[in-house]
Amino acid sequence: MSSRQNGIVKGHDGIFKKLSPIVTIVAALVVVWYGFTVYLNSPWQIDLYKKADVEWTMSDLVRDTMAHNRPILPAPHQIIVEIWETTVNKKITSKRSLIFHAGITLSSTLLGFVIGTILGIGLAVAIVENRAMDKSLMPWIITSQTIPILAIAPMIIVVLNAVGVSGLLPKALISTYLSFFPVAVGMVKGLRSPDLMLIDLMRTYKTSRIQLFWKLRLPSSVPFLFASMKVAIATSLVGAIVGELPTGAVAGLGARLLAGSYYGQTIQIWSALITAAVMAAALVTIVGIVSRVTLRRMGLGS
Amino acid sequence: MTQFTTILRGLAAVSAFWAFLTGMLAFAETDRVLLLAAAVLLSAAFLPVQSRNNGGQYDLAASLFGMVAVLMSLRGGMPSASWGLVISSWLYGWLAVEKSMAIRGRSRFVELILSLAVPVFFGVWIIFVWECLTIGLEIPMVLLPPPSAIAVRFAESTPILWADFQQTVIKSALVGYVLGCGSAFILAVLIDRVPFLQRGLLPIGNFISALPIVGIAPIMVMWFGFDWQSKAAVVVVMTFFPMLVNTVAGLQATQAMERDLLRTYASSYVQLLFKLRLPAAAPFIFNALKINSTLALIGAIVAEFFGTPIVGLGFRISTEVGRMNVDMAWAEICVAALAGSLSYGLLSLLEKRVTFWHPSNRQKQV
Repeated sequence: MSSRQNGIVKGHDGIFKKLSPIVTIVAALVVVWYGFTVYLNSPWQIDLYKKADVEWTMSDLVRDTMAHNRPILPAPHQIIVEIWETTVNKKITSKRSLIFHAGITLSSTLLGFVIGTILGIGLAVAIVENRAMDKSLMPWIITSQTIPILAIAPMIIVVLNAVGVSGLLPKALISTYLSFFPVAVGMVKGLRSPDLMLIDLMRTYKTSRIQLFWKLRLPSSVPFLFASMKVAIATSLVGAIVGELPTGAVAGLGARLLAGSYYGQTIQIWSALITAAVMAAALVTIVGIVSRVTLRRMGLGS
Repeated sequence: MTQFTTILRGLAAVSAFWAFLTGMLAFAETDRVLLLAAAVLLSAAFLPVQSRNNGGQYDLAASLFGMVAVLMSLRGGMPSASWGLVISSWLYGWLAVEKSMAIRGRSRFVELILSLAVPVFFGVWIIFVWECLTIGLEIPMVLLPPPSAIAVRFAESTPILWADFQQTVIKSALVGYVLGCGSAFILAVLIDRVPFLQRGLLPIGNFISALPIVGIAPIMVMWFGFDWQSKAAVVVVMTFFPMLVNTVAGLQATQAMERDLLRTYASSYVQLLFKLRLPAAAPFIFNALKINSTLALIGAIVAEFFGTPIVGLGFRISTEVGRMNVDMAWAEICVAALAGSLSYGLLSLLEKRVTFWHPSNRQKQV
């Protein structure tokens, strides 16, 4: 019992040591951000003062630069207020609710992620089990990611829309294209990770190829799978957001970005960006937690 | 011959037979070359081949012959006999690759040739099937143009493509890439001296690398205007954090033992940095450079969707799609893909040169 308590105490100490630099730097960034808010928005504000012919002091300037409707750079608290307004104070079904838009982006992210992960695992199994596949597919899988798919995503969406495939699937396909790659590469590595020694041991048990796969290769690839799934879900989100750009700014975080840029609503752009960031962090964390629990159950966790 | 190759060969024979039958049934409309190819592919399956390479080259020849025959008879639609032939020559191709894997006692030269030829063959196959499907199923141009149409369009409009390439790749992407990677590298070396900053910036940098940074494109266009400067700014932000995180991680990659050794030689900080730590960080740095090379292209192209002068890859793609000139959009995509693959390939070559000592480059070439 006492050793356990010791462990907890040590853990707290570690967390403090880990967090304090992060918190400091984030705080510093926020301060710098405020500085830039004043700096970037002040020319416009000073212009306003001149037109209105009013006397102004530095404190006036600081206060007013942070209260613009369409600032060049909104202050952090303006973004937080905007996010609060559009999440808590709006009905979820409302078109102006950020939760509504985030939900749409999230659903295509998850769909794309699931398809991408399955595709990636399938490709990895084919590559590991068949040498011809390995030789012919692997170089192309790598090449596929040097093609800036995100850049041509809008075209793919427009074309798919023309065929009548609309809604979630086209966006999800972009996410799939982005997310299958880390999974495929990570799984190939994982499926090949068992030691020659272990494989030989299995052979002495006279295991078949299929048994070898299920009992040795697949279990030892799980840590690799989770590591690459963390990357994959983050890229899925990026794919979903970019996939929403050309849908004519209807729904989704990407659409919010586009609409904001059309109408110069910088606060709206930034709040969509921050929401996307929070979503990315949450998704990666969830995958991380699932990974930790699974690995611990498998006896692989630390 | 293993069981698997036997099955492949059997299937190839069956589909060649099918092609021959369908060809004979519609004898009047079928090209003679298709019938000939079907017959050749059918008989090739029964050829008793005794050779050093267990006959892989004959399968390859059969596959290529089938492909050429199909392409020759492609004129605004596919004859019904072609489908069996496509499948049959695909199976022959697979057979050839499968057999080439089984050649024993390969020299390094043969190994190199194979490792290049097999993926190229696969790529040719994909393009071939693409061509067959788009023409054979009469898929409208607007959806998916056949590769031949894209190639024609590419050749016709090289001046436009070149101008777009200069605007997007040379100006926006390359300038942003150099600035972003360079500044991140310098900052990483500086941070490295302050452990406090290191511990704080690494998790934050990791977090930011996972964010959808492309989203700042509209903001950058507002700040820096429509021309390439705003695109370069997006690229700078996108490439900055992967480079920062990787360089910082790379600089930590040396072991205490190695550092101690250099200290016993009384090496200064600068010497330690250039002789040990930067070379040790090179694999990490190249990793970031490779990731960034695609990110830079993506950033530059996506930023063009938010406002641009009338030149550039992203601009051209979005307008040509709007005008239903999908083949032009695909030609632009080819340019982007070529630029992406080339820069990736160059970086890989450079990496092999610089990090020749790394275990992943010293592995036996098998």
